[in-house]
Amino acid sequence: MSPSEFVSTSHHPLADGHAWGWEIAVYLFLGGFTAGLLVLSGLARRRGPRPTGEPGFALASSGLSIVGLGAISLGMLALFLDLAHKPFVWRLYVTMEPRSPMSWGAWILLLVYPVLLTGIALDPPRALRDRVPALARLARYAEDERVRRGLGLASIAAGLALGVYTGILLSALGARPLWSSGLLGPLFLVSGLSTGAAFAHMASPLAEERHRLARLDNLLIAVELALIALYLIGLASSTEAHAEAAKLLLGGPYTAVFWVVVVGVGLVAPLAIQALTVAGRIAPTHVAPVLVLIGGIVLRFVLVFAGQASHWSRL
Amino acid sequence: MTRLGMVIDTRRCVGCQDCVVACKTENRTPEGYNRDWITYATKGRFPTLSMTIQSERCNHCDDPPCVSCCPTGASHVHPWGGVVLIDHDACIGCKACVVSCPYDARYIHPDGYADKCTFCIHRVERGQDPACVSVCPTHCMHFGDLDDPESEVSRLLASRPHHANLPEAGTGPRIFYLD
Repeated sequence: MSPSEFVSTSHHPLADGHAWGWEIAVYLFLGGFTAGLLVLSGLARRRGPRPTGEPGFALASSGLSIVGLGAISLGMLALFLDLAHKPFVWRLYVTMEPRSPMSWGAWILLLVYPVLLTGIALDPPRALRDRVPALARLARYAEDERVRRGLGLASIAAGLALGVYTGILLSALGARPLWSSGLLGPLFLVSGLSTGAAFAHMASPLAEERHRLARLDNLLIAVELALIALYLIGLASSTEAHAEAAKLLLGGPYTAVFWVVVVGVGLVAPLAIQALTVAGRIAPTHVAPVLVLIGGIVLRFVLVFAGQASHWSRL
Repeated sequence: MTRLGMVIDTRRCVGCQDCVVACKTENRTPEGYNRDWITYATKGRFPTLSMTIQSERCNHCDDPPCVSCCPTGASHVHPWGGVVLIDHDACIGCKACVVSCPYDARYIHPDGYADKCTFCIHRVERGQDPACVSVCPTHCMHFGDLDDPESEVSRLLASRPHHANLPEAGTGPRIFYLD
């Protein structure tokens, strides 16, 4: 029989299990966002330049690589701020722990930087190109198809690794039933792709590219909704601890923010707006992409905080 | 193989917290932090109530999630006895181990590194019992090799009904409570 009252004298500051704060949620969002930009720009680079005379896709430009560089650097700063033993951070890079997703992540982050920097170096912004002649010489390699396609492949690989590991990072921590689902990997990847597509949508000067990105984002949002449904069904039909964890989102304290902000504002609303835009019923605006970005960041916050509120309970 | 573990008799434990104080004295844990603690679980409906008191700490699990999630190898299993330990100078304070522990046994020391019960490995290597076991005034705590069928802990487990905390978390806890 389960106890009806349970009292513990363990009162250390993390005894309630809430060890991670906003830093981890912000990092998971920015990491997923950068992963989305990497995968999409990799696809655009492999597709190649448009016929001469027309401007290239914004996705294949260095502009988005610079945004990705800024985003992942901010994310890593957030991650660093979260560390309690900061002078020892270098210990991440003197070992490889194959069973630790965080160790994989530390090394994956080191792969992401050269890919982003190569993307910028091969197509440097004008101001940079004029000041550094070496960069202008380097940019000539960008015309080589093998270099372009190789960089595209590296970009897709780095993006997939970054996008998937952030989800596995949580699901590998067995003590939190809300996180013990393999679906968190694909969910975070698709959410990252969706936020990347939303940002590129806002940044693109080309109506054709915006149209394509809106259609792609609609598909990604639909997949994300399906993954969320499967994730909740999987938890709710599992053990008592997992079903209790699912209740945090299905009637518990995180229900309102999850369904209203993550699902309503962040997925359903932009899906409806972009569906009307794609059908030509309303003019394209920045509203839908902004909502997708808001939904992406709140999804990470809800899962990081609700996950830590879920326990294997003694009650 | 030696598998160090603990067997605690809930029929003898009175919840005096002597084990808690002994640990604090032995391991000099900072103010506000403790490596072991007492739980009181009350079952039933008034007036037919029963209370179980348990002295709890890190379970030094057979399959410790805090070790597998550690990105630097700071959390590790001691080659002798399977005791789960932390190398403070390799810990970056990422708190993954704190989040991964079903028993919330870990905390972040004010100096920045993750910290928890060590089974008083420094005493055990000298042939002594952990501090908490050595001071228990009701002799409810027993420490030894779970893999040795002749050890006191193995004999107690073989002769009395017992349970572990949250075995369903799947980590293989090594602290057992005699019912």
